[in-house]
Amino acid sequence: MARGYEPRLNRKSAPWALIGIPAISVLLGSLTALPPNIATYPFLPPLGLLMLLAWRTLVRDLWPSWVPLLFGFFDDLFSGQPMGSAMLLWTSVFLILDIFDRWMMWRDYRQDWIIAGTLIAIVLLAGVGIANSAGGATPVIVILPQILVSVLAFPLAVRACAWLDQWRWRL
Amino acid sequence: MAPPSPRRPGFSRRAQFSIFASYVIALSGLAVALLLVLTARFDPQGHNALQSLASDIAAPASGLGRDLTLRFAEATEEISGYIHAGTKNAALSRDLAAAQRQGVEATALRAENQRLKALLGIVDKDYAPIAAARLVSSTGASSRRYATLAAGSTQGIANGQPVVGPEGLVGRIVAVGRQSARVLLIVDAANVTPVKRASDGTPALAIGNGDGRLTLRPLSGGSSPFRAGDVFITSGSGGIYRPNIPVAQALNSSREGTLARPMADPNRADYVIVEPVFQAPAPEAPSAFATEGKR
Repeated sequence: MARGYEPRLNRKSAPWALIGIPAISVLLGSLTALPPNIATYPFLPPLGLLMLLAWRTLVRDLWPSWVPLLFGFFDDLFSGQPMGSAMLLWTSVFLILDIFDRWMMWRDYRQDWIIAGTLIAIVLLAGVGIANSAGGATPVIVILPQILVSVLAFPLAVRACAWLDQWRWRL
Repeated sequence: MAPPSPRRPGFSRRAQFSIFASYVIALSGLAVALLLVLTARFDPQGHNALQSLASDIAAPASGLGRDLTLRFAEATEEISGYIHAGTKNAALSRDLAAAQRQGVEATALRAENQRLKALLGIVDKDYAPIAAARLVSSTGASSRRYATLAAGSTQGIANGQPVVGPEGLVGRIVAVGRQSARVLLIVDAANVTPVKRASDGTPALAIGNGDGRLTLRPLSGGSSPFRAGDVFITSGSGGIYRPNIPVAQALNSSREGTLARPMADPNRADYVIVEPVFQAPAPEAPSAFATEGKR
């Protein structure tokens, strides 16, 4: 494919894309909680949370700490959890990650995975707790496969974010 | 060199204040969210209003995706149908012959039933459906089992109405928007359905497990009298669900609680029917009958 000359240095990136693409990817992740089939057991990983955590892992200063409040609000609208559930849990996750950033200057990929995986598991378990406090009665054992799937899906989310990250600078 | 932390901006007052402000916003937002979660327990209706609005907006798009999924499922079924065509044909012809015999018997029984009912003066109440609509999506990532119905208050749907698929009971309405409604499936762990065994009327409760199956608890004490293969239908006691809707089929017989599979797979149901809330008939006034009997 013949492409015209593009300067590789000092390019101007589209300002909407720098913030917009990460935001849209997280919102679309939240919308995948609405698959066009009728699930009789929870099996989908919380893709909104996975994308949010992946962006946080890759680009640490992309968002201030209060941004998960907005994304969590959007997720609550569609996820079937009581309102406020994702707002509470996701913002707590960001604050905990800020504490981790103070403790550990250097982190490699596997440590990021362990930290994110633990936080995902905690968020899912706490989500069941919140749903049950608002009228549900789901036993915890039902979501163990979902936790496993979510933790294994996290590297894929990081891959997707890395690809989107390159793309947003080129627009 | 360690990467510079964006949370430690050095001597810039402006940057320091903006970070401080972001933490203040985050923490006060946390408090608001905590309040929302706590009040959701006591006022679920107010909280459902926002979610209903969101599902009103999302339901048409989900409906489109659902079309494609159903097409795909049909196509795979047809392909697998070709593979087993020969053996299936033989089995089906045998079944058809048997079914035709039973059909004739059933017609005779129905006629006799009607005659006896007319004799006794029993009038069957009709349960005219309120609406027929499609289940378009569900909450696959949450631990609650909600499905979204593509019909709402404009079609006359209200809270508590039972939702019935072609094979059996699907669930009941728990939140209503203008063009969409939220259905709590019977497999949700918070949903309890009063049922009876179809063969002899042994009463039981069907409680959702949250993993796509149900647990059957007999109302009588002692060990579970149910065996694998038993079919359970709604008993109509307590209202909401009218009697005789198929609910579940027992999978095993264990000492505590029998596992069961719901009869209606909501994923295969194209259209479902919303029925009016069943009100159990009031018992006859005993006094008049009793005095008449004494006389």
